[in-house]
Amino acid sequence: MEEIVYVNAEGKRIDGRKLDELRPIKIIPSVLSRAEGSAYIEWGQNKALVGVFGPREAIPQHIQDPTKAIVNYVYRMATFSVPDRKSPKPGRREIEISKVSGEALAKAIFVERFPNTTIDIYVHIFDSNAGTRCAALTAASVALADAGIPMRDLVSACAVGRAAGHIMLDLCKEEEDATDAVDMPLAIMPRTKEVVLLQMDGIISKEEWKEAFELGLKGCQQVYEIQKKALKRKYEEIAEEEAKAIEHVDKQLKEISENPELLRGGNK
Amino acid sequence: MRDDILWELRSDKVKELIKVSQRLDGRGLFEYRPVQIETGFSKNAHGSCRIRLGETDVIVGVKMDIAEPYPDSPDEGSITVGAELMPMASPVFEPGPPDQNATELARVVDRCIRESKAIDFKKLSIVEGEKAWFVFIDIYIANDAGNLFDASSLAALGALLDTKIPKLEDDKIVKGEYSGKLELSKKPLLTTFAKINGKIVVDPATAEERAMDARLSIGTTEEALMSAMQKGGTGSFTQAEIEQCIELAFQKSDELRKFFKVG
Repeated sequence: MEEIVYVNAEGKRIDGRKLDELRPIKIIPSVLSRAEGSAYIEWGQNKALVGVFGPREAIPQHIQDPTKAIVNYVYRMATFSVPDRKSPKPGRREIEISKVSGEALAKAIFVERFPNTTIDIYVHIFDSNAGTRCAALTAASVALADAGIPMRDLVSACAVGRAAGHIMLDLCKEEEDATDAVDMPLAIMPRTKEVVLLQMDGIISKEEWKEAFELGLKGCQQVYEIQKKALKRKYEEIAEEEAKAIEHVDKQLKEISENPELLRGGNK
Repeated sequence: MRDDILWELRSDKVKELIKVSQRLDGRGLFEYRPVQIETGFSKNAHGSCRIRLGETDVIVGVKMDIAEPYPDSPDEGSITVGAELMPMASPVFEPGPPDQNATELARVVDRCIRESKAIDFKKLSIVEGEKAWFVFIDIYIANDAGNLFDASSLAALGALLDTKIPKLEDDKIVKGEYSGKLELSKKPLLTTFAKINGKIVVDPATAEERAMDARLSIGTTEEALMSAMQKGGTGSFTQAEIEQCIELAFQKSDELRKFFKVG
C-alpha cells in the first residue's frame, strides 16, 4: 500500500485544504413546499434534505409531555448514499445519531412554550463523505428557523479531529480512516458557546483534546455565519419580490391619478 | 392537519373548474408541469437523478450488486425497485416501513421498467447459476406535490441512464472503478391520468389528486408499446376513456423522453 501524505510540506491536506479549513458549504432554506420548514445542504460531497413539521399534537396521547414539546429528530441515509448499498432499514448508527441530534436541538428550541406537541425533524442523507451528522444538524437548525419555531440560537455543528498527528477541522473520509484518527463531532449555540452535541472516538491526550476542541469552536462559528447568510438571503429575496409588487401597484395608482378615465373604462 | 382545510377548498375549486375544462394552476388538461432534471446527484450511487415535476421532488439512486441468480433463471440478473415516502415530503407521511402506497408506487415503476425489456437481464449474468448483477433502484420522495408515479419513473429512468457498472476483478467489485455503462435499449416511462368529474387530465397535482375519482398510469416505450398499467382510486374508467389515455400516454411520454438526450 502506498503511504498517504495527510499533510504535505505546504501544510495542505489530501483535498488541498488547510488544517483549519472547512469544506465548501452551501445551504438553501425553504426547498420543500409541503413541509412547514425545510433546508438543503451541500457540505463537501455530503448532501442532505431536512423537513420540519410542528409543533403539532403528539400522537399517541400517552407520549405527550404536559411541560414541553417533544423534539423528534429522525436521521436516515439513502441506500445509495454510501459506498456499499445500505439496507433501507434504520441501523443502530442512525438511531443513535437521531437521539443525540434531537437532544442538541431541544436545548435551542423553546420547547416549554409548546406542551403536548411534537416538533418533527426529518433528515435524509443522499451522498456522504464523513461529517453527515454535523451537516444534517446544521441544516436542521436552518429548517427550524425557516419553520418559524422559536429558538434561543441556531445550532452550528462541525467535526474536528486528528489524522497522522495533526489536529484538523472537518475530517474527510480518508482522514477519518487514518490509523491514529480521532473524530469529534461538535455542535454549539454560537452566541453563548454552549455545547449541545459532543461525541468522540479515538484516543487522545487532554492537551490535544483542548487544541481540537478550540479549533472545533472556530469551525462552528464559521458554520454559524454561513447559516445566517443562507437565512438572510431567503428574506432578502422575499423583500425584493415584495418591493417589486409594491412598485407595480404604485405605478398603476400613479397612472390612474394622472388619467382618471382609466377607472371608468374598467380594467385594461 | 393544519393545511387540510385549504386542500379541501382547493379540491372543491378543482372540481368546479374542470366543468369548464380548466385547471387550478392554469394548465391545459393534457399539459405536464415543468420538468427539471439533475443527473449524477449522488456520487456514491452508481447512477442517480433528482427530478422536479412542478413542486414534486424525487431522488432516485441506483446501486449494482452481485448476488446468486434466481433458480428459475440461472443465466439472468434482475432489478429491484424500492420506494420511500419520506415523512418530510408530506404532513401525512409517517416514518416506518413502506406502506401500501409506497409498495404500489415501487411495484408499478418496477413493472414499467422490467416488462419493457429495456434492461436485458441475460446481459447481467456473470457466472451462470452462481453470480449475476442485481440493479437496486431506490426511490426517495422528498416533496409530494402530486403525481409521484410519473416523477418516480422519470427519476428512475434518469438514474438508469446515468448508471455505470462497477469493474470486476476475480468476480468481485472494485470500488470506485467502472467497466462501462448499464445498457438501456429503450426509455420506459409512466404517464398518469386523473379522472375528475368525468374529465381526464394528465399529471395531477395534489389538489387534483384530492378531487379525482380514479387514476390511471400507463407505462410506454418509444416503440409505441405498453409495459405496464395500473388503475387506482375508487372510481372507474370506460373503455373509451382508457383508449383515449393510451393514445395520450404515447404522445406525452414521447415529449418527456426528449428531456433525456442520451441513448
